[in-house]
Amino acid sequence: MTAAVPPLVRRQRALVEEKIIKEIKFGILSPEEIRRMSVVAITTDQLYDRDGRPVPGGLMDPRLGAAIPGMVCETCGNDFRRCPGHFGRIELARPVINVGFARHIYDILRATCRQCGRIKLPEKELKRYLKLLERLKDKWPLLAKALVNEVKQRAAKTPECPHCGTHNYKIVFEKPYRYYEERPTGRVFLNPQEVRARLEKIPDDDVKLLGLDPKEARPEWMVFTVLPVPPIHVRPSIVLETGIRAEDDLTHKLADIVRTNIKLRESIENGMPQSVIEEWWNLLQYHVATYIDNELPKIPVARQRGSLGRPLKGLAQRLKGKEGRFRGNLSGKRVNYSARTVISPDPNISINEVGVPVEIAKVLTVAVRVTPYNVEELRKYVLNGPDKWPGANFVITPDGRKIDLRFADRKTIAESLAEGYIVERHLKDGDIVLFNRQPSLHRMSIMAHIVRVLPGRTFRLNLLVCPPYNADFDGDEMNLHVPRTEEAQAEARELMLVQFHILTPRYGGVIIGGLQDYVSGAYLLTSKATLLDLDDVVDLLAAAKYEGEIPEPVILSPKKKWTGKQLVSLFLPKDFTYFGKAKINAGRFACANELCWNDSYVVIKNGELLEGVFDKKAIGAEQTESVLHQITKEYGFDTARRLMDTLFKMFLRYIEKYGFTMTLDDVALPKEAYEKIREILKEAEKKVYELIEEYKQGKLEPVPGRTLEETLELRIIEVLTQARREVEAYVADVLDPFNNVFIMARTGARGNELNITQMAALLGQQSVRGERISRGFRDRFLAHYKPGDLGPAARGFVYHGFYEGLTPTEVFFHAAGGREGLVDTAVRTSQSGYMQRRLINALQDLRVEYDGTVRLPDGTLVQIKYGEDGVDPMKSAHGKAVNIDRVVERVIGWRM
Amino acid sequence: MARQKKQQFNVLEHELVPEHRVLSPEEAARVLRELGVEPWQLPWISYNDPVVRAIGAQPGDIIEIKRKSFTAGEIKVYRVVVAYSRK
Repeated sequence: MTAAVPPLVRRQRALVEEKIIKEIKFGILSPEEIRRMSVVAITTDQLYDRDGRPVPGGLMDPRLGAAIPGMVCETCGNDFRRCPGHFGRIELARPVINVGFARHIYDILRATCRQCGRIKLPEKELKRYLKLLERLKDKWPLLAKALVNEVKQRAAKTPECPHCGTHNYKIVFEKPYRYYEERPTGRVFLNPQEVRARLEKIPDDDVKLLGLDPKEARPEWMVFTVLPVPPIHVRPSIVLETGIRAEDDLTHKLADIVRTNIKLRESIENGMPQSVIEEWWNLLQYHVATYIDNELPKIPVARQRGSLGRPLKGLAQRLKGKEGRFRGNLSGKRVNYSARTVISPDPNISINEVGVPVEIAKVLTVAVRVTPYNVEELRKYVLNGPDKWPGANFVITPDGRKIDLRFADRKTIAESLAEGYIVERHLKDGDIVLFNRQPSLHRMSIMAHIVRVLPGRTFRLNLLVCPPYNADFDGDEMNLHVPRTEEAQAEARELMLVQFHILTPRYGGVIIGGLQDYVSGAYLLTSKATLLDLDDVVDLLAAAKYEGEIPEPVILSPKKKWTGKQLVSLFLPKDFTYFGKAKINAGRFACANELCWNDSYVVIKNGELLEGVFDKKAIGAEQTESVLHQITKEYGFDTARRLMDTLFKMFLRYIEKYGFTMTLDDVALPKEAYEKIREILKEAEKKVYELIEEYKQGKLEPVPGRTLEETLELRIIEVLTQARREVEAYVADVLDPFNNVFIMARTGARGNELNITQMAALLGQQSVRGERISRGFRDRFLAHYKPGDLGPAARGFVYHGFYEGLTPTEVFFHAAGGREGLVDTAVRTSQSGYMQRRLINALQDLRVEYDGTVRLPDGTLVQIKYGEDGVDPMKSAHGKAVNIDRVVERVIGWRM
Repeated sequence: MARQKKQQFNVLEHELVPEHRVLSPEEAARVLRELGVEPWQLPWISYNDPVVRAIGAQPGDIIEIKRKSFTAGEIKVYRVVVAYSRK
């Protein structure tokens, strides 16, 4: 697929010789190697002279490479774009430990003899181990590692050297880079020079047994004698607007090292006392250590300008963590051909579409290769240019030149368009793009949509795709990406398009389905009470883009009337059969089977909705075994999508015509009701005080495993919860089941009976950490209660609902409970985010092979069959491969 | 005392320990061919594993384990014995 690779990229590729990486081997730079690759020895900490020119032998020496435009490299003669940069070096006056290897050095010092440098195990064993290691190395690298550890551990435990008989002292490692010998006379510090001398003595064969390759990594190279100085490209200086130069953290740190190194050398040459030398030496060690890693334990962090400044970034900090080189620049990158803006709803576009603002469509481009079939069209785009949509921003000629249409003569270019040219044209209707909302927790967080360029400045998306993205419109923003190559576009269209994600791979249910108004609309339309005249029918069917005959009306006289069920049936597959309870099939509308007076048992036969209403159970999102789910599974994603783009629009049209709303009166209860509720609560209160009395008299029986106080709390909460439940049942009984709020709760569109009770009657017990609210003042929550008052009101039982209004003290209880909820969500999201990251890191390499096995990339078997039964949960019924009942139902057309 | 107890306890009889079986070389070869894997590509089990010691399997042997599966009833899984333990 070279067709879509822009010639520019191809040209750049040609500059670099293509090589295939077969393996990667890590080693340690030897002093000789550091000197060999170095072009200059850094001898002064001065960066620039008085004229602002870099000082030779300083950290900005021009021989280190050309890093600014217009400069020619003194080493390789290239300009700044081609010069790769060259290393320098600092010759250290005394060796220092490389902190990155401090732990390894400790392991090696412990395992080897201080006198002869051999591993402290008998010669025979060493030979045997070495042979074994050679055999294990290639095929069983993990075992080889285990063997090395075994050797190290056993050798460290032996004090007497079997080779020369020397007694070895215990070696103590003090983080991050100091080693001591524990002699009978006391602790003796081993300076880096002594450490290095010991490491030098270890013969190559023993080095192998310590897990190192002596050719690539001699242990003494873990102690620096020469420090490599990275080229300027690695630590570029920034010129601020004020003209002041700001140097990179690494440059500062290297200057510290050079300065200290000079001081150390001077004090040695001037024959200063040992203590002074050691002081400088120690400081040099500190600077070299913080240059490598500035988050070392037990030593102060090096800062820019004294102890108050910003901590400097060491080499390790550049690589580590979320914003480090690996996670921030290699695993994740900022990309081109993407856009981000606020999202808003548009029920009139297809679920497969996304509304893109014209402004964005004029910036994002698709590369189209000129063919005889599209020249004319592309000419038009080129003529329109970058400012007029649909236009084009660039033209790439066959020889790889990129012409910017902002500055070019578009007429001539349009005329010269011919095969082999590539036009970067604006995004237009029908293009495929990827649409994403963070946090991207599952694969439905990134789906492919088809572009609809619309006026306005927001991305528009169909409300039905809110659940997979977990999006709402309170200011959410989303990202959009344009796939550039034809194969990427084809993959997006065939695999990532929204309709292919109607079913969730988590449990196989529909994740894209009706919500809120769709559900209430469907219920109202399909309800028995709904009779429509011709005008309504025509309007509704037109909203659903129905093309076909209007069915026979169910009532012919005195006026022709149609039912909502008839209209819905027009859109169902002609041989579709379904039986099942509706969501409203509960409480007083309960029915066990199709002999149902309440219209709460859905029966569809041969694509005809005969009985029952459509509500959340039938068309809702995240429902299993629903009408929508069965249609999706049995008739495919295309049918399901068509349904959502037609039938669902009818539901919305109907609820618009109906004028569905909610008023305060919907949660108003009659006066007698309040008295009744008061009575229920009085009763409960009485019981609570009886319990408290029992407790005070010591008559209360504790629940096994609980203290008396805990028992009392438990019993009180039980009584109060029971009381609230009674009220809930009572409210559900008193309220008109056909008032708007109750319809929403019953059909599953929004809210539930508890929410209604809380509005109409009472909020009930408020809680913090699952207990009644008790903390605040001493022995009481608020100063309005007596200390130690255990009654319902004093511990957060709210007697009023939102209709009546809360008392001032109740407001505070409610606020305390509400705050806990907010804190919980904040804590939960961060915790589950980290959990998800660990899970992904652990599972990312697993893949299902064509033979059905689950394997790692090297072919290691993890499962013989995916999930042990080979079932794809997305295509399963409740995790089972087939739903036998459903098959029987389809075949005999009746429910068993 | 403690040692005696250890000897009396037989892991193979514990209700949570599924059935383990050492495959004969012929069986092992067949299984490897069917699964299309080299021995090292099978999941490993340490020669120190209590069950492996109880059935007397040696490093390099292939063990068949009959496990109860939540999704598939009973399944057979295969492991290769290695002279390696993570400690």
